[in-house]
Amino acid sequence: MYFLRRLATLVPLLLVISFVAFVLVRVAPGGPFDRERQPASPEIKRALEAKFHLDEPVWKQYLRYLGGLVQGDFGPSLKYRNHSVADIIKQGLPVSMLLGMMAFGFAMGVGIPVGYFTAVRRGHWEDYSGSFFAILMVCIPGFVIAPLLIMFFAIQWRLLPVALWGSPLHAILPVAALGLYFSGRIARLMREGMLNTMQAEFITAARAKGLGENALMLKHAFRIAVLPVVSYSGPLLADLLVGSFVIETIFQIPGLGVFMVNGSLNRDYTLVVGLVVLYATLLVVLNLMVDFAYTLLDPRVNYE
Amino acid sequence: MSLANLRYTAPHVTLKLGPVLLLSLMVWGCGHREPAADVTVINGTEPESLDPHIVTGIPEMRITKALFDGLIKLDPREARPIPALAERWDVSPDGRVYTFHLRTNAVWSTGEPITTADVVWSWMRALSPATAGDYAGQLFYIKGAEDWYLGKTKDPSRLGIQALDDHTLRVELNAPLAFFPDLCAFPTLAVVPRAAIEQYGDRWLHAKPLPTSGAFTLGAWRVNDKVRLLRNPRYWDAANTASEIIDVLPTGSPSTSLNLYETGMADIVWDKDLVPAELIEVLKQRPDFHSFDYLGTYFYRFNVTKPPYDDPRVRKAFALATDKRRLTTKLTLGGEKPAPHFVPDGVANYAAPPGPAYDIEQARALLAEAGFPGGKGFPRTTYTFPAAAAGGAKMHGKIAVELQQMWRDALGIEVELRQLERKIFYSSQSRLEYDISTSSWIGDYNDANTFLDLFTSFSGNNRTGWKNARYDELIQQANLETNIEKRAGIFRDAELILITEQAPIVPLYFYAGFSYYHPDKIGGVWPNLLDEHPLQYIYKKDTMRQRSGSRAKAGLAVRFSPSPFVPPLQGEISPNPSSRCEPPNRSRRREEADSTRAPARPPPHVGGYERRVRGEGIRSRWTRTRLNLEAHPDSQAFKSWRALPPRPAGGDRGKGDLLIRAKVLSHSSNVRSWELIGDYFPR
Repeated sequence: MYFLRRLATLVPLLLVISFVAFVLVRVAPGGPFDRERQPASPEIKRALEAKFHLDEPVWKQYLRYLGGLVQGDFGPSLKYRNHSVADIIKQGLPVSMLLGMMAFGFAMGVGIPVGYFTAVRRGHWEDYSGSFFAILMVCIPGFVIAPLLIMFFAIQWRLLPVALWGSPLHAILPVAALGLYFSGRIARLMREGMLNTMQAEFITAARAKGLGENALMLKHAFRIAVLPVVSYSGPLLADLLVGSFVIETIFQIPGLGVFMVNGSLNRDYTLVVGLVVLYATLLVVLNLMVDFAYTLLDPRVNYE
Repeated sequence: MSLANLRYTAPHVTLKLGPVLLLSLMVWGCGHREPAADVTVINGTEPESLDPHIVTGIPEMRITKALFDGLIKLDPREARPIPALAERWDVSPDGRVYTFHLRTNAVWSTGEPITTADVVWSWMRALSPATAGDYAGQLFYIKGAEDWYLGKTKDPSRLGIQALDDHTLRVELNAPLAFFPDLCAFPTLAVVPRAAIEQYGDRWLHAKPLPTSGAFTLGAWRVNDKVRLLRNPRYWDAANTASEIIDVLPTGSPSTSLNLYETGMADIVWDKDLVPAELIEVLKQRPDFHSFDYLGTYFYRFNVTKPPYDDPRVRKAFALATDKRRLTTKLTLGGEKPAPHFVPDGVANYAAPPGPAYDIEQARALLAEAGFPGGKGFPRTTYTFPAAAAGGAKMHGKIAVELQQMWRDALGIEVELRQLERKIFYSSQSRLEYDISTSSWIGDYNDANTFLDLFTSFSGNNRTGWKNARYDELIQQANLETNIEKRAGIFRDAELILITEQAPIVPLYFYAGFSYYHPDKIGGVWPNLLDEHPLQYIYKKDTMRQRSGSRAKAGLAVRFSPSPFVPPLQGEISPNPSSRCEPPNRSRRREEADSTRAPARPPPHVGGYERRVRGEGIRSRWTRTRLNLEAHPDSQAFKSWRALPPRPAGGDRGKGDLLIRAKVLSHSSNVRSWELIGDYFPR
């Protein structure tokens, strides 16, 4: 019931978000048809604006947009004029989602074990090297990591393709470039969580009962220590699923991340609002899933 | 199911989902393998549209020209108009009426004939405000077209476009127009499929099948991934289409483009903004880097509505104090030429008058005359330029800094630099909210008019506030003139007003076009002023390329580089069939194309990139670490190699091919070095 109620709040929330986005991108100076090459006469520019109803008042444009949205129509793209916004999302989202899922898996797969072991082996060399790795990854931004990976793996050693998308081989470098930063973040969160949990009373109690150290850590401590990671993973996943501008540009990947940024640079009003609505939906739904995962992991949590 | 239950089932579900995910990944890996493209071109950013009536950018036009023909097209060498859908055309003695005779063998890629009805419908569509094409104005030279566009007339018979029969089209112009044939080759006047457009509206390029009138059909168009062009076998000139599949990759990043090119995943890089500015000096030295003149001018505008720029003396002072040579020798470095005038050198039937030279003394004198001796009392002023979006655009900032320096030194005027986000920049330029601002213009067709009509008072691209009745009159007069000499003279008078007398703009330099492609590997590209390289004629010379997978595949195992084999001379070595991965029908198709291709293909270049491998009758195979050279016993190379010490014992040299192994020292797609490691043996 609780989750259904949460889901129901999505509708007014999206209305507000889409309205704010709609107004904000129009408030920005400059329009979609301000270019180096202007139409030869003002009539042509007027025809262009009339075609996309940009000559109407904003509230009317918004109602028109909402009318389309209800029918699942995000409207035409103002920049990519042979595509509707839905076309672009349909082509870009699966790619971004696949890349995002893999990077998410990579970040989790690397970050959680590293965080876990650095905490369990606190003060040993495993801790130092793991923590060093985590801090290093958090410090180096994607636009540095990606060219470095390309330089060694694609250009120097010729092991992997330098860019483009199309096979699992193409995915390795972008997934690593995208995931490494988050693996560092997750490793640090996980380590922190483990260290806190290991001092909790229920662990001491379990230890006093004579539970083996491995079972204690894995079965009891881990489940609680992973909670910060889980709550971080919701927004992280939403972020990753809609694509990354930097990584998609460097590796020439046909995802949505590029459109997120270029859409606003191009004042492609419909595209920007469409992507904002998509992102907001993902964010809300994934946060809901995170809350749901809490009930699975932590017996103390109950929303009923 | 209660939550408590879920708590225990969840891990099991996850365990089951794991393999499913893995499996889908594998399917992704093995599935959707497309055949490799013959030629892969990097063309600039994602096309805004492929509708020829809408496109405005050069990258888009390159693609639409391959898909949709007009009555006329431009030849690939000199970019002069040659017959396309129209087989020939007659011009009336007064130059106002063109009669086009369409080919009877021209058909859509879906098989229906292309008739005058298609042409008329297409032109009417381009002329419709509902299409909202930026370039609709290109048709306003036709009688009644502007009134039609503005809705002043609804009667098609008043329009100067008339189909006399299925294959004869009569076009009446407002006035004689010397460059009308060039205009007919412009995408706005291309012929587009009516049925698909009426069915799908703006999304008509998603129609399947999409009827095209040009040399290619649209195989795939995935946003930000690629545009795939497939040879249109029904094209009237299909015999001259040199490649079967051409992929056009949209790339905005100069370094990614260079990486793709260097690793053999792209054959041609074609946009001046896609050359990393930092590397231009290094790249310029290479045989596969081409820099050429073309019709484009970089300049700055004054807002003449704003004092003190309403005074031509002030504008001229700035112009005279601008050292254009310093910009091209210090900053741009790509072979750009300083621009003394606005219309680039080399434009057809026109030679521009010389503009103001660099003369600081005169500049100071003019400024003093205008009331600002030594820059004293000059109001606060700004120079506006757009923020860099792509690599090439960083130049705006560098030039701004340099100009600021020049004016400070020469005129004593301190100009503030203002960098604006791209859209804000253009909108403030349109609304004349600037003092001085950077600009550029690329010619649409090979005629001085494409530059000079910008600054007529009614042009949407004027954006200086400068209005000069005499100038407007001269431009109109020139376009009425049919005598080439006289017309050029009138244009010269107009340009003198623009550049020397009034100076609402100051040209800085003429653009140089850049591209990378190796002339030994890519054929059918000729440099020309319009940077016009029809995709129809472009082909890859290296036919022995390993073809598997959609793009040059990078693998963990032995890899073949773009030019792995040195093609053998005829009769020397028969190619080893196992190393050729081309299906037999492909090579047959190629031979067929070879025999019909208009320019004869030059003999295959022997030697690849590495000069030391050069020689007759050698085959080389590169791997990451090793180079295998095979030479025929009769070849010169074999004889010289045989003399090399040391050689393994027991080899029966002189019989069969000689195989030499060499260690690869460095390996990139066009710089390779290697040293012999000695184990060479005949086999």
